Amino acid sequence: MTSADESRETPAFGVSATEAPVALGFGELVVPEEAATAAEQPAAPEGGEAQTTGGIARQIARVFLEHKLAVVSLAFIVLMILFCWVGPLVYHTQQVNQQAVLLNIENGPPGATGHPLGTTNTGFDVLGRIMYGGQVSLTVGLLSALVATVVGVVYGAIAGFFGRWLDAFLMRVVDIVLSIPALFLLIALVTIFHSSEPLLILVIAGISWLIPARLVRGETLSLRTREYVQAVRAMGGRGPRIIGRHIIPNAIGTIVVFATFQVATSILLLAALGFLGFGVPAPQTDWGTMLSNAVDAAANGWWWEIYPVGICIVLVVVAFNFIGDALRDSLEVRTQRR
Amino acid sequence: MVGYLLRRFLQAIIVVLGVVLIVFLLSRMIPGGEARAVLGPKATPLTIREFNRVNGLTQPLWVQFWHYLIGLPQLKLGYSYKFTQPVWAVIQHRLPKTLVLVGTSVVLALAIAIPLGVVQVVRKGRASDYALTGVAFVLYAMPAFFLGTLLIIWLSFDARLLPVSPPSDASPFAVWTDPKAFIMPVLTLAALTIAAFSRYMRSSLLDAMAEDYIRTAKAKGASNRRVLYGHALRNALIPIITLLGLSLPGIVSGAVIVESVFNYPGMGLLTVQAAENTDIPIVLGTTLVITVATVIGSLLADILYVLVDPRIRYGGSF
Repeated sequence: MTSADESRETPAFGVSATEAPVALGFGELVVPEEAATAAEQPAAPEGGEAQTTGGIARQIARVFLEHKLAVVSLAFIVLMILFCWVGPLVYHTQQVNQQAVLLNIENGPPGATGHPLGTTNTGFDVLGRIMYGGQVSLTVGLLSALVATVVGVVYGAIAGFFGRWLDAFLMRVVDIVLSIPALFLLIALVTIFHSSEPLLILVIAGISWLIPARLVRGETLSLRTREYVQAVRAMGGRGPRIIGRHIIPNAIGTIVVFATFQVATSILLLAALGFLGFGVPAPQTDWGTMLSNAVDAAANGWWWEIYPVGICIVLVVVAFNFIGDALRDSLEVRTQRR
Repeated sequence: MVGYLLRRFLQAIIVVLGVVLIVFLLSRMIPGGEARAVLGPKATPLTIREFNRVNGLTQPLWVQFWHYLIGLPQLKLGYSYKFTQPVWAVIQHRLPKTLVLVGTSVVLALAIAIPLGVVQVVRKGRASDYALTGVAFVLYAMPAFFLGTLLIIWLSFDARLLPVSPPSDASPFAVWTDPKAFIMPVLTLAALTIAAFSRYMRSSLLDAMAEDYIRTAKAKGASNRRVLYGHALRNALIPIITLLGLSLPGIVSGAVIVESVFNYPGMGLLTVQAAENTDIPIVLGTTLVITVATVIGSLLADILYVLVDPRIRYGGSF
């Protein structure tokens, strides 16, 4: 079977992942439509992207701006980042010293003096804590998505480019790790290596690089048979150069779209871990850990500990998904109206 | 067909062996070693050496792996530090509970998602299509732990309609004998699946409606109803089976959250509680067992797929 045949497999078999819908994370199902179209039409025109840089950038921006929801989402994410990092500079709260905040006599619902969103049942100011926890949630979400994308892209490109037994072996490894329900593997890793912010970035990336590896491998299989790649090879270009200069730039649309969706998935995974009690260790916190602590207080009617932070998680995740949708439309030449 | 099933079966075996290797390697990566974890920080070097010798930890890694591997068919998964029981003895009562939870919610999700997808296609472009798409989108973005928490607050604390968690001594099949306590857990686990499946069902059915055989059926004078239910729906259902098989690891991950939120004593809650106690043999044991269950589930989905799709059943290659 040649590589061109492989990339044209029908989406019938559950085992061929480049085109079939994929389950990501914990119970979150992602149906990557861009993967389906990519696999069905391996010969779709993509070559034009690299030549007209100025024009293509404008075109991408135009299509992206047509998605009102995505533009609003992007503005929301920027606001959220400002809120989490600049907010604490303006709005000073004690978020580290548990002893100090417990002594505060005004702990309680929103409106209590000096606490617009109230305090947690352990006395921390909720508004300030959402900023403080948001720093961790957003950092882990963005960085783990970045690490996962870089590792997955390199891995997938190597597998797809060199093919043969190396490809078979590398892709079996992906199958194997993907078959372990993500949350079980995450809990095992966090338990064995003790939770911390850098470790959470690594373990979440560690279970998330598999999907980009499959996507990029699929793209590579179809790209490496193109004439311009053949030409580079004929001129003496070696593997690393072809992968780095020709294959990855041509697959960049798929990669960027994946990375955007992955930020949402990573934030959700961290929130799930935090909710289960395996988030960043105290005195740090993250949104999932905050929600987990809030559940104890919910029975006493302390709703203000639940809703603001829960809504923050949902909105940020929705925003990244909208941005990803718009990026898919603007970066994937195939799906564009012309 | 037989060739395909054989390949698929072989692949499942390779996946399971790979997972066994990963779990084995993780069990050997415990910082300070297993001896330290079992005997505690006060253990003397002498007792640690003795522990390692007795448990075969001084042998080469591949010999240890071989012993681990041949112990698995006899369900030797290690020994729990906290329960002071073999891991399998702890797991075997929890596994059916998770399987029942996952199974029930998958059936419920399909029973809701498929008609939902059909309704959206029949009413495409009308208000109800947009409304349902909107609901699906909200469910899709809703993390299970948040949805579960909200359900508890609304239905248990505020309305006092449903109990917070199922009775802890309930048998695995209490879902069917005492359904009231299971409404919230099953719904929470089904919610995500319903959103994704109905969305997929909608696009799958729209794709099927655009096929040549639909035009042929219409040309032959079949009624709209017959074209939709007799021709399009049957073909659109086939990809759902594939989606189901691929979604299983995600749904099982979701079960960890749901079991924790509603305090349902299945594999997920066991794993979380064991991890809190750093009872690593239990954590790795549940991971291995639940993965094997997931792989078997995906395999069954693929076999079902072959049985349902005549293009494969009659050996055609396409």
